[in-house]
Amino acid sequence: MGVLAEFFDLIVFAVLFLLGFFVGRWNERRHYASLRRREGEFGDILVFSNRFPPAAAGRLDTALVSGSAVISEDYFKGLVAGLYSLIGGRVRSYESLIDRARREAVLRMKSEARARGAGMIINVKFQTFAIGGRNPNSVKGVELLAYGTALSARAQAGAAAAAPG
Amino acid sequence: MLISNLELVPGRRVTRHLGLVQGSTVRAKHVGKDLFASLKNIVGGELKAYTELLQESREEATQRMVAQAEAAGANAILNVRFATSSITARAAEIFAYGTAVVLE
Repeated sequence: MGVLAEFFDLIVFAVLFLLGFFVGRWNERRHYASLRRREGEFGDILVFSNRFPPAAAGRLDTALVSGSAVISEDYFKGLVAGLYSLIGGRVRSYESLIDRARREAVLRMKSEARARGAGMIINVKFQTFAIGGRNPNSVKGVELLAYGTALSARAQAGAAAAAPG
Repeated sequence: MLISNLELVPGRRVTRHLGLVQGSTVRAKHVGKDLFASLKNIVGGELKAYTELLQESREEATQRMVAQAEAAGANAILNVRFATSSITARAAEIFAYGTAVVLE
C-alpha cells in the first residue's frame, strides 16, 4: 500500500509539473503577445516619473489615475524559484512574472488616462506587493500598482495653448 | 474634491494647508475564491479576484481619506500615496494618505 501511495504522489507531482511547465509557459507567451499589441495601441500616451508638469504645457486638468494587476505564479515557476532559493542567483522565472504585472498595470493606468482624454501621465509611482508572502500554504502572486497624475488640456484653454506652438 | 499625487496643482494656488489625512482598510479573501486562485497557482495567469479585491480596497481607503479631508474643510488632497502591507497570511491592509489643502 505504501508503495502505491508514493507512486500516486509521484503522478500528482508529474501532472502539476507538466501543467505548470506547458500551460504556464503558454499563458505567459499569450500574455506577452497581448502586452506588446496593447503597448503599441497606447504608445501615444506618454508616461513620466517627473514630479512637475512641463513648463510650456499651459493650464491643465489633473486627475489621479491608477492601474493594477495581480499575476499568479505557476507550479513550475514556484519550483524553480524554490531551487534558486537554495543556490542563490538570478530567478528569471519570477523576473518575467513581475515584468508582466508591471506592464499590465501601466497599460491599465494608460487606458484610464485615455478615457479621461489625457495624453500624458506624470509623477508615476510603482508599488509591489507579494500576495501570500512566506506562508507556504497561501496563494502565491504579485500585485503591481502604478499610479500617477494624468494631464489633459482644459477645454476652453485648449485653443489658446495650441496657438503659440 | 480634487485628488492628486502632485505636490501642487498647475495654475492654482494653495491658500490653506490642513495637514495629513488618511484612510485605511483591512481585507481578507473569501475561501471559495481562494480555492479558485490556488488552482490558478498551478497554471499561472492573472488572479482577477485578487486584482478586484485590492482595487476595491484602495477605493474604500481613498473614500475614507476623502471623508476626513471633507470634515477638515479641504477641497483638495495633494501628494497622495498608497501603501499595502500583509497583516497576516490571509489579510492585507491598504492605506492611502495625502495632504489636505484648500485651493483658491
